[in-house]
Amino acid sequence: MGLQKKDLLGIRDLTVEEIRLILDSAASMKEIASRDIKKVPALRGKTVINLFYEPSTRTRTSFEIAGKWLSADVINISTSTSSVAKGESLKDTGLTLQAMHPDVVVIRHAVPGAPHLLARLLKASIINAGDGAHEHPTQALLDLFTIRERRPALEGLQVAIVGDILHSRVARSNILAMQKMGMRVRVCGPPTLLPRYVESLGVEKFLRVEPAIADADVIMMLRIQRERMGAGLFPTLREYSKLFGLNADRLKMARPDVLIMHPGPINRGVEIAPEVADGPCSLILDQVENGLAIRMALLFLLAGGQAGNN
Amino acid sequence: MRILIAGGRVIDPANRRDAVLNLLIEGGRIAEVASPGAHPAPAADRVLDARGKIVCPGFVDLHVHLREPGREDMETIATGTRAAARGGFTSVCCMANTSPVNDNQSVTDFIIDRARRDGVVNVFPIGAVTKGMKGEELAEIGELVGAGCIAISDDGKPVMNAELMRRALEYATLFGIPVIQHAEDEHLTGKGVMHEGKVSTELGFKGIPAASEAVIVARDILLAEMTGSHYHVAHVSTAEAVQLVREAKAKGTHVTCEVAPHHFALSDEAVMSFDTNAKMSPPLRSSRHVEGVKAGLRDGTIDAIATDHAPHVIQDKEVEFDYAANGIIGLETAFGLTITTLVEGGVLTLPQAVARLTSDPCRIFRLPKGTLSEGADADVTIVDPTREWVYDVRQSASKARNSPFNGWKLRGQVLATIVGGKVVWELPG
Repeated sequence: MGLQKKDLLGIRDLTVEEIRLILDSAASMKEIASRDIKKVPALRGKTVINLFYEPSTRTRTSFEIAGKWLSADVINISTSTSSVAKGESLKDTGLTLQAMHPDVVVIRHAVPGAPHLLARLLKASIINAGDGAHEHPTQALLDLFTIRERRPALEGLQVAIVGDILHSRVARSNILAMQKMGMRVRVCGPPTLLPRYVESLGVEKFLRVEPAIADADVIMMLRIQRERMGAGLFPTLREYSKLFGLNADRLKMARPDVLIMHPGPINRGVEIAPEVADGPCSLILDQVENGLAIRMALLFLLAGGQAGNN
Repeated sequence: MRILIAGGRVIDPANRRDAVLNLLIEGGRIAEVASPGAHPAPAADRVLDARGKIVCPGFVDLHVHLREPGREDMETIATGTRAAARGGFTSVCCMANTSPVNDNQSVTDFIIDRARRDGVVNVFPIGAVTKGMKGEELAEIGELVGAGCIAISDDGKPVMNAELMRRALEYATLFGIPVIQHAEDEHLTGKGVMHEGKVSTELGFKGIPAASEAVIVARDILLAEMTGSHYHVAHVSTAEAVQLVREAKAKGTHVTCEVAPHHFALSDEAVMSFDTNAKMSPPLRSSRHVEGVKAGLRDGTIDAIATDHAPHVIQDKEVEFDYAANGIIGLETAFGLTITTLVEGGVLTLPQAVARLTSDPCRIFRLPKGTLSEGADADVTIVDPTREWVYDVRQSASKARNSPFNGWKLRGQVLATIVGGKVVWELPG
């Protein structure tokens, strides 16, 4: 059985069975990554285009490597070097790419719904690699995968997501994904960085970090962006770090076996102290590694790869 | 040319008339309104059989964007007034945000000349409050009124400067015209693209809080009280703004307001599909606010239904939601949405709905329209309030296609529109 859909636009559209299928497929893909020669012919003759309207290192590289290990031809388009810089619309860029017959287009864009617009226009499968503060489904899937490696039964786990929830697509996709898998989610951050209606997402809201992390199985720290300071959403990085940063002292209030995650890139010493990021509870590099397996699985499932070729 | 509209139910709120009557039009005016049995039907060049139909004054839209001069690729006075005619509107008031802005009498003259030449319905221009709509200094309001402007507004943008708003309100009392505010605090709105609520939280869009509208309405009501001027809130969209107008009216302040059909027919849920035709300013609000504006219509706090007809070219809507232009076309769907949502929904009776589209807007803006009095201009609309139809935007008389109501099944259809005794629209078949 495969993934019976053309696109991966968001976690919202996935069933629990589909999430399990993706996670299980990723487990077999992870095995390929451990081989000496990391290449299988599963997507030979298939074309994957990375269309990135926002800067990205890890997600773009992750998709590129994932595609290459599956033998797909991977092309990267970043907007500063393409005709987008000449003012071409997303529609026209999409139609132009369509004429080159890609099998998958991976898009990152600053505006929620941009991948959905592309999906309506193109025959190719669209993978949302982040649309504004809306969704980042592959991140949520790799996070689930990473948690599942340590806690095979996801159901009932308590997660605390700490930081800038307002602008975070990682938070939105993870909230949806975790709730679908029966996990409970709390969010914590300064009131100016929590959406006013955040509780409508079915999460518990905490303004103080200590009670939020107290009995959590997983703590997910989010990157705090410097430019939010200019917008008056918090006064200084120093004050933010003091109130919400995860340091060794605060970590003592959490469970000893708590899992610490961060979607990256991290601000060492701001939202997460170096000794925590590099400490034994940290899964930050596991997340990066598992991102490859998740993206391999998705490219394979969406690009119509033949199971026999694997 | 004599036209007899025979046997229809005449709803004429200005004259408190609601009865089966014959309407005779002669020389562009209402010549006679009489009971069918009163005497033999007068001879006419044309007889329109209105049995089983509603005959009412032509609808009057206080808020349209005709885009001419300057953006004739979006709409012209010729096409916009034809869309109006299809929607049963015999008079439209066009906003000043043309290019150039209607902030001086030569632009007003142009609009009036062009409307006379190309238009099929009456066009009443609205002048700008400030020069270039820049919000810095007052436009030559006296000259605008002298040339034919019936109100002033910087619609599309608020007059943010409270002191300037005070002066505009004061100055307008010299001419007895309303100052229409696009009530939105630009700082609270910021880069928001939709209503701040549950849906914006789910979709990750920057939200526009309801307070963005209400704080400006509250401020302006205080200024209207202070200056004794007529303040009119354009396209009211929030429960709080409706409540502020309700309280101000109760105190006797001269405040009026209008609502656009999309603000009672749609909620912010329409954004879930990322349809850029669900993007407008003010934004579609949550169901609590939709109920709030319905309550305002029911108790008369909201005086008029006005479309905010805002044509755009396709390429300005076929883009990412954040980059899409604000607004939708609305002239052809206003009546159907009014019947379907408000009359069928039990918010207004049919005569009340007709009043909100005819006599009420004319009363508040002091326009010599919206009545079927003998001797009045023969602006008449014939409708079937029970007939179902499907809106097909491809058939629109507007140049634009930006409607979220394409494919909607609506109840209540406009059958014929008569302006100054001339039939300007008749539903085929």
